[in-house]
Amino acid sequence: MAMLGVFVALDLFLFFVFWEIMLIPMYFIIGVWGGKRRIYAAVKFFLFTAIGSLLMLVAIVVMVYLYYRQFGVITFAYNEIVQLPIARDLQFWLFAAFALAFAIKVPLFPVHTWLPDAHVEAPTAGSVILAGVLLKMGTYGFLRFALPFFSHAATSTAVVNTVILLGLIGIIYGAWVAAVQPDAKKLVAYTSIAHLGFVMLGLFALTSQGVQGGILQMVNHGISTGALFLLVGMLYERRHTRLIEDFGGIAKVMPVFAASFVLVGLSSIGLPGTNGFVGEFLILLGTFRKHPVAAFLAATGVIFAAAYMLPMVQRILYGKIDREENRKLVDINVRERIVLLPALAMILVIGVFPQPFLARTSASVDALIDQIEQRASRAPAAMEPVEFRFDRMPIYGIDVSE
Amino acid sequence: MTLDFSSQLHYLWALLPEATLTLVALIVLVADVWQRGSRSEQSGRWVGPATIAGVLLAAAANAWLLTLDVPARNAMIAMDAFRVATNFIILGATAVGLLLSFDYLDREGLHIGEYYFLVLMAAIGMMLLAGSRDLIVVFISLELMSLSVYVLTGLNRRDPRSSEGALKYFLMGAFASAFLLYGIALIFGAVGSTNLALVAPEVARGAAERNFLLLAGVTLLVVGFGFKISAVPFHMWTPDAYEGAPTPVTGFMAAGVKAAGFAAIVRIVTVELAPAAPVWQAILWWLAVLTMIVPNIIALAQDSVKRMLAYSSVAHAGYLLVGVVSASALGRSAAVFYLAVYALMTLGAFAVVYVVAGKGDEAGTLSDFRGLGWRRPLLGALLVVFLLSLAGFPPTGGFVGKLYLLSAAVEAGELALAVTLVLTSFVSYYYYLRVIWKMYFEEAPERAPLAKPGVAYRVGAIAAAAAILVAGIFPGPALRAVERASSELVPRQVAPLETPVAPMRVSTDPAGQT
Repeated sequence: MAMLGVFVALDLFLFFVFWEIMLIPMYFIIGVWGGKRRIYAAVKFFLFTAIGSLLMLVAIVVMVYLYYRQFGVITFAYNEIVQLPIARDLQFWLFAAFALAFAIKVPLFPVHTWLPDAHVEAPTAGSVILAGVLLKMGTYGFLRFALPFFSHAATSTAVVNTVILLGLIGIIYGAWVAAVQPDAKKLVAYTSIAHLGFVMLGLFALTSQGVQGGILQMVNHGISTGALFLLVGMLYERRHTRLIEDFGGIAKVMPVFAASFVLVGLSSIGLPGTNGFVGEFLILLGTFRKHPVAAFLAATGVIFAAAYMLPMVQRILYGKIDREENRKLVDINVRERIVLLPALAMILVIGVFPQPFLARTSASVDALIDQIEQRASRAPAAMEPVEFRFDRMPIYGIDVSE
Repeated sequence: MTLDFSSQLHYLWALLPEATLTLVALIVLVADVWQRGSRSEQSGRWVGPATIAGVLLAAAANAWLLTLDVPARNAMIAMDAFRVATNFIILGATAVGLLLSFDYLDREGLHIGEYYFLVLMAAIGMMLLAGSRDLIVVFISLELMSLSVYVLTGLNRRDPRSSEGALKYFLMGAFASAFLLYGIALIFGAVGSTNLALVAPEVARGAAERNFLLLAGVTLLVVGFGFKISAVPFHMWTPDAYEGAPTPVTGFMAAGVKAAGFAAIVRIVTVELAPAAPVWQAILWWLAVLTMIVPNIIALAQDSVKRMLAYSSVAHAGYLLVGVVSASALGRSAAVFYLAVYALMTLGAFAVVYVVAGKGDEAGTLSDFRGLGWRRPLLGALLVVFLLSLAGFPPTGGFVGKLYLLSAAVEAGELALAVTLVLTSFVSYYYYLRVIWKMYFEEAPERAPLAKPGVAYRVGAIAAAAAILVAGIFPGPALRAVERASSELVPRQVAPLETPVAPMRVSTDPAGQT
C-alpha cells in the first residue's frame, strides 16, 4: 500500500512518508522469512535506502523553504514546487541529494550492493515485490521529481554523462557478474542491475524514444524479472536449493515449467517478439540519437544478457538428469500456473503489440521533455540572498555575521 | 476571571497546578506514614492511584489557567500558554511514568510512599522551572527538581548500581548547580536584577558593549543548563545515572528533567536573554553538534539496552538543541512538540525494557530481547512503535518532530545542523533496528516466562504508543497547539542603542553603565 502511495503522491511530504514507510514492511519480510543471511541483508537494505532518503528529506525541506521565501506560502504540493526557480549552483546540491536517494533505490552501479543480498535472502514474494515495484520507485523518482525539479542540473553534460556512464557500468558489469553466479536467484538479481541500467540510460538520454523505452522497460523488468523470481522460487520450494549445478534435464519432468522458463528467459534477454526487445530497442534508438557511443556499448549488454541467461536455462532445463532427486520433481500445479499466466501473456502482448502502451505515454513524455528543456534554460544563475551557511562555525564571543 | 493580583488569593490561582500537586504530595507523605505504622512495610494499594488522580487534578487546574485573563506579565512566574503547554508535557510524563512504574515497584519491593512524594516534588520543581522568569526561581525550582531526582535515582538502595548512579549524579549535579548559581550571580551583577523581564534594555546594552560580567554569566548559565539536559560534553553522569536508577525513574528523569530543562532554556535563554544571542548561540551550536554526534556513536557499541537508551536520550538532547539554536518561533514550537513526543516514547521504551529485564534487572542485554516479538506480541509491537519513533521514522510522532526541527534549522539557515541531524539519525537507525531484529528475526532463548504486566501498565503503554501514532499520522491539532503556545513567547527586542558601542571591556560596575 505504501508503494502505491509513493507512485500516486503529488505532495512531497506524502511522497516522502510513503517512501519511508515502505521500508518497514520490507525489513520485516526479508528479516523474518528470509534465508540464512537474512538479518545482514535486511539491515543492509534498510540502511542503504535510509541514508539516501534522509538527505532527500533535507533537500525537500530546503525547497519548501525556498518556495516560502519566494511566494510566502508553505506548501509541499508537487505542482507548486515544480514551478520554483532554483539557482544553478544550488540545483546541483539538491539534485545530488535526490539523486542519491533514487540511485540507491534503482540501484545504480556503486550503490547497488544491497540488491543482490536483499534479493537472494528475501522470500520469493519479497523478491518479486522488490523487483516488480520497489526498484521502480527509484527510476520513477528520477522521472517525476529529480528531472523536472532540477532540470538545469539534470540536463547538464556532467550529470548526464555521469549517469549514462554509471548506467553502462551497471549494464555490462551486472551482466558479467550475473554470468558467473552459481546461484540462480543471485543471477536473476544481477540481471536486475543490468536492466535498470538500461532504464537509466533511456531516461537520461532525454529523447522521446529513450524515455518511452525507459518507462516501458520499467514495466517489462517488473514482469519478466518478477516471473523469473517466481520460477526460481518454485524450484527452490521443490528442491530447497537454488544452485544451478543441482539441476539439469528437468524439462523432461517439468515440461510446463520449462516452457515458461524459456519464454521468460528470452524476454529477459530481449528477443524480438517479447516485451524486452521493444523496451531495449527503444532505449537504444533514443540513446543513439544523442550518445552513439553509449548506445553502442549498451547494445553489447544485450549480447551479454544472452551469455548469462541462455547457459542458465540450458543447464537447468536440458541435458541428462544426473541427480536422482530431480527425477521425482512434479510439474507446476494450477495455483502456480495461474500466478504465471498473466506475466507470460503480458510478455507476448507487449512484445508483439506495444502500441497501446506507447500511445498512452508518448504525449506526456513529450510534454515532460519539453518542460525539462525549457526549465533547464530558464534556471536563474543566482538567486536573491538566500544564505545557506554551509561554512558557519560560530566561535565563542565573535559574531561571524559582522 | 481577571487576575490582577489585587488580592492575595490571586497569587494562589496563578500557581494552582503547582499548589494542587504540593497538597497531594503532602497528603501522600503523611497518609503513607500513618498507614505504614498500622500495617505492613509496603504502602497501601491506593497511594499510586491517588497520586495519579492528583496529577490529573493538577492538569485540570493547568487547563483552567488558559481561561484566565492576566494583564500584568512581569511576574516571577510566567502566565502564558507556553507555561501551560510545558506543564501539560510534564504532568503527562508524570502520569504515564507513574502508570508504568507500579509493576516495577511491586517487583523490586520499592512500593513505598516516599517514591510518590519524591516524584510529585520533582514534578513541581520541573513545572516551576519551566515557568520561571526570574533567576532566583530558576535556581530554587532546579534544586527542588534535582534533589528529588537524586534521591529517586538511589531509591533502590540494595542495588549498588543504583547507589553508584545516585552518587555520581549528585556530585555532578551539585557541580552544575554551582555553575548555574555563579552564572546567576554574574548576570545579577551585570544587569542589577534577577527578574529578566524587567531588565531587557540592560541585557541588550550589556551584550552590545560585550560586558564581561554578563557574557560570562550567560555562559555559565548555559553550561549549568547543559548539565541538566545532559548535553555533550556535560553528559558524563548520564549513562551511569540512567543505568543505575530504577528503570521507571530513568524514564521519568529522561522525559521530565529534560522537558523542564529545555523549557527553561527556551524561555530564559532564547527569549529573555535574546539580546545576548551571539554568546549563547555560539555555545549552543557547538553543544548541539557534539550532542548529536558523540552519543549516537557510543550507543552503537552498547550491549545493555538500558544503557543504549540512555545514550539515545543524550542524543535526543542534541536534536532538541537544534530547535533551540534556530532561535525562531518555528524552532521553539518544534522543540516543544518534540519534547512532548520524546517524553512519551522514552518513557514507553524504558518501561518495556524493565519487563524484559526481569527481577533485579538481571537480563537487560540485547540478547535477552531475542524472540520477544513472537513470545509477547503486544509488548514487542509497543517497543517497535517506541523505537521507530525514537529513530524518527514515519508514521510516528518522532518523524514529524524531527521534520519540524529540520525545518527550523533550514529556516534559520543552519544547513550544517540540518545535515548533522539527519546523518546522526541515520547512525541511530542501526542501534534501534538491532533491537527490532533481535526481537523478531532471532530465536528466543530458553528462559523463565516474563511477568504479565498489570492493568495500569497496559493502559499507560498503549496510551503512549497511541499518542505517538496519532502525533505521527494526524499531527495538525498538536502542531497548532504548540505553535499557539510558543507564539506567546516574544524574544526581547530592544531598539538600537543611540550611544556608540564601546569595545569589549572588563567591568565590575553592577549596572554595567559607566
